[in-house]
Amino acid sequence: MFINQLSVFIENRTGRLDEVLESLKEAGINIISLSLADSSDYGLLRMIVSEPEKAKEALKAKEFTAMLTPVLGVKLSHQVGQLQVLLAEICKAGINIEYTYALATGSDDASIVIKTADLKAAAEVLKETGVELITSDELVK
Amino acid sequence: MIWNEAKECMSRDEMRELQSKRLKKVVDRVYHNVEYYRKKMQAVGIEPGDIKGIEDLSKLPFTTKDDLRDTYPFGLFAAPQSEIVRIHASSGTTGKATVVGYTRKDIEIWSECVARAFSQAGLNRNDIIQVAYGYGLFTGGLGAHYGAEHLGATVVPMSTGNTKKLTTMMKDFGATAIACTPSYLLHIAETLEADGDLDKIKLKAAICGAEPWTEQMRLQIEEKLHINAFDIYGLSEVMGPGVACDCQYHKGLHVYEDHFLPEIVDPKTLQPVGENETGELVFTTLTKEGIPLIRYRTKDLTSISYDKCECGRTLARISRFKGRSDDMLIIRGVNVFPSQVEAALLEIGEAAPYYMLIVDRVNNLDTLEVQVEVDEKFFSDKISELENLTKKIAHAIQQGIGLAVKVKLVEPKTIERSMGKAVRVIDKRKLV
Repeated sequence: MFINQLSVFIENRTGRLDEVLESLKEAGINIISLSLADSSDYGLLRMIVSEPEKAKEALKAKEFTAMLTPVLGVKLSHQVGQLQVLLAEICKAGINIEYTYALATGSDDASIVIKTADLKAAAEVLKETGVELITSDELVK
Repeated sequence: MIWNEAKECMSRDEMRELQSKRLKKVVDRVYHNVEYYRKKMQAVGIEPGDIKGIEDLSKLPFTTKDDLRDTYPFGLFAAPQSEIVRIHASSGTTGKATVVGYTRKDIEIWSECVARAFSQAGLNRNDIIQVAYGYGLFTGGLGAHYGAEHLGATVVPMSTGNTKKLTTMMKDFGATAIACTPSYLLHIAETLEADGDLDKIKLKAAICGAEPWTEQMRLQIEEKLHINAFDIYGLSEVMGPGVACDCQYHKGLHVYEDHFLPEIVDPKTLQPVGENETGELVFTTLTKEGIPLIRYRTKDLTSISYDKCECGRTLARISRFKGRSDDMLIIRGVNVFPSQVEAALLEIGEAAPYYMLIVDRVNNLDTLEVQVEVDEKFFSDKISELENLTKKIAHAIQQGIGLAVKVKLVEPKTIERSMGKAVRVIDKRKLV
């Protein structure tokens, strides 16, 4: 039901993002989607990758701080207001959304990643609306 | 003007005689009143009768900040609590503060020493002195205040924190002198300059101390404000500001050695070094009652000269400080030990004990940045949580050292691991 997201702590220094990507390339990891949140001193790189566990180990071996976080992948159709309708349902259930970003699945849809405080509850709410949740297996096939 | 000519200009022989007489008295006092000292002396087989004069000084064991920590809070006091009229405290090397106590006579002597310093700066009862050191447990504010009052000057107790009010009063009151840290004075000068007020002040002298500064900085202050700037030295363990101060010739700081007996020792061998040779400054308080210190290691590196000064004083002079023999930092007048930061980090438990202190001076004010490694234990993939962590660390360190810090999270293993003594500080201020 959930996707394992890889998060990496990166200092705001020239070349650090490149070094993360380099390590992933060396380990043969494919990056499916990514989002970079930044503060004045550091950035937080969140990625959906082909082999999250292996990717995390590869980064750890290079002294990066990395962790895996379960998130929801939601398949949306290209229709005006689709995302709003879904988020409204989550809000109605009183669940706080922590962050969200676009997920590229390769097929012709508009998928997104959602991280909420209570992931299970959010998944239930979404299922009831009839949308399709993306699994890790689907992403790597 | 020389405040106390009888003491400040006595011959070297007379001074040695006075010091010897007072040393015997203070050794007797601590031996009988302070168990800790008695045991220390007994451990090396010394009794008060073995000390016949200052030539026997090196027979006495040293005292360090650790001794003050071990006897926290009042264990080294040599007077009963009923005679202690004031307490001051400064940073210890770990969580515990270094606490000192003063009898009424101690305060009187301290006030006189500061009055001597202000006198050296050409000040007298006709002056209006703004005291812009922090008031409180720190000895700077109250020490300078009592000294300026003793001098008979009009004292304006500004304390620190409100520069606009300070410059306004400096203009409106026609203040003629200021006592504050040199970096704060430069900041004040810049504020005056920015407001176009540099020619509206009557300031003629500044007595600066509580942090290391260079001769260039002193000249910069003099030039910018068209005043004379003086270097005052002191430390709370020995008394506070007013242990030594330079005169108009600026050729070293006159030590008020009728009260504070200075020695210079090699910080490694602890053997006394010769005149004009650099080593660690050690003080024995000769008249203090509350907490007399025997051969207290200041960790400040300097040299000493006994030549008579052009100003007429015969008091020994210590040169401008050349650094420290320990890792203590002085930031905005506050003593900071890296170990205090470490203790705060360990207390939180979340941060790795790998940290780096970056000290800098921006717009003449010291800044302290603490870099802390983000390790897996407390990494979060939420910015809000990382920000909370930053705040929590900053708060804990602030509580520990009493100074605002900027905490910067850095990647793990980016702070250098060293096999020997870890390098924990990068001081970008050019102080020596």
